[in-house]
Amino acid sequence: MEPVKIDDVQKLINSFANKEVYIHLETTNGSYASHFDEKFFNAGAFIRNAKVEYELGKIIGDPPSRVGLKLGDLGWIYAQGITHYELDDKGRLLMAGHDHQGKLAVSLQISETPFE
Amino acid sequence: MIEQENHVLVVFPHPDDEAFGVSGTIASHIKNGTGVTYACLTLGQMGRNLGNPPFATRESLPDIRKKELKAAADAMGLTDLRMMGLRDKTVEFEDDEYMVEMMESLIQETNPSLVITFYPDYCVHPDHEATARAVVRAVHRMNESDRPKLHCVAFANNTAEELGEPDVINDVTDVMDVKLNAMRAHISQTAWMLEDLEKRLGENDPEAIQWVTQERFFEYRFDQGYK
Repeated sequence: MEPVKIDDVQKLINSFANKEVYIHLETTNGSYASHFDEKFFNAGAFIRNAKVEYELGKIIGDPPSRVGLKLGDLGWIYAQGITHYELDDKGRLLMAGHDHQGKLAVSLQISETPFE
Repeated sequence: MIEQENHVLVVFPHPDDEAFGVSGTIASHIKNGTGVTYACLTLGQMGRNLGNPPFATRESLPDIRKKELKAAADAMGLTDLRMMGLRDKTVEFEDDEYMVEMMESLIQETNPSLVITFYPDYCVHPDHEATARAVVRAVHRMNESDRPKLHCVAFANNTAEELGEPDVINDVTDVMDVKLNAMRAHISQTAWMLEDLEKRLGENDPEAIQWVTQERFFEYRFDQGYK
C-alpha cells in the first residue's frame, strides 16, 4: 500500500461510481483493547460484501483523510482515518487507516466482484 | 515431565494462538512420539499488525498468515494441521450446534487422550471464547469414562483470582528454541512482541524466562460451566 495521494485516490473512487460494487468497511480497536486497559470502551464495526451503487464519492482532508460515498437519494457510507491505499491486482480499491504503531484502525474497500 | 499421551488434539481459532501458550507442549509431545493434531479455525484475516508503511492489505493478509501457520507447524514438527475455514472475529456468530459438531467430528476422528483449548470465560478474545465453549460442550457430551483430558489456557486478568493456580505446569525448557521458532514463524503478528521478549531474555529477566520455559493449563471444571 502507498500513502494516500488525494488526486489519485479521487480518480479511483470516481472510476467505481455508478456501478454495482461490493464494499468492505471495518473499524476496529482490536479485540484486546479492554484487556490491556479495562477503562477502554471497545467498539468496532464490520461489513463485508455489501452490494451498493454510489453516485458520488469523495476523499477529503490531508491524510488521515475521510472518504464518503453517497448512495442514491438516501444512503451514505463513510470512513475516517484513511492513510494508505492500493489498487490491487484484482482491480479492487483497498483503502486503510494505520495508526502510529502500524495497526489497522479502519478499512474501506471497493470492488466490482465479491470479496473472498 | 510431560505425561505420555496417545494422541493430542489442539483447537484454537487463530494462527499464532498455539505459539504463545502451547507450542512447547506440542513440540514435547511430538518429541515423545505422540501424534498431535492442530485444528486452527480461522486464518487470522482480521489481524491488525500490518505496519506503517503496511506490508499487507486486508485481502493479502490471509495468505500471509496461512504460510506463517504452516511454517510454525514445520517448526514444531507438526504434520497434522487442519485449517477449518472460518473467518476471524466471526466465530462467536456461527451456529453454536454447528461449532459443537465440528469439535465432535475432530474428536471422533483423532481419538485424543488429551484435548487442549482455551478456558471459556477466561480467554479474552470473543473467538477464543466461542472456540472454547464448543470444545467444552463436545467433550462434556461424551460418556464420562470416554472423555479425554481437557487442558485449557486461561489468561484473562481475573484468572488467578477466580481459577486459582494452574493444575498443570509443563516445563518446556528443552524445547525452548522450538517455541521461539514457532513464535518467529508468525512474524507478521509477533515482530513487536518478539523484539521485547528477546531483549528481556538477553537480560535474563526471570518473568521472560518463565514465560518461554513453562506452559500453564487448567483442567476444565465441568461442574462449574458450559455443558
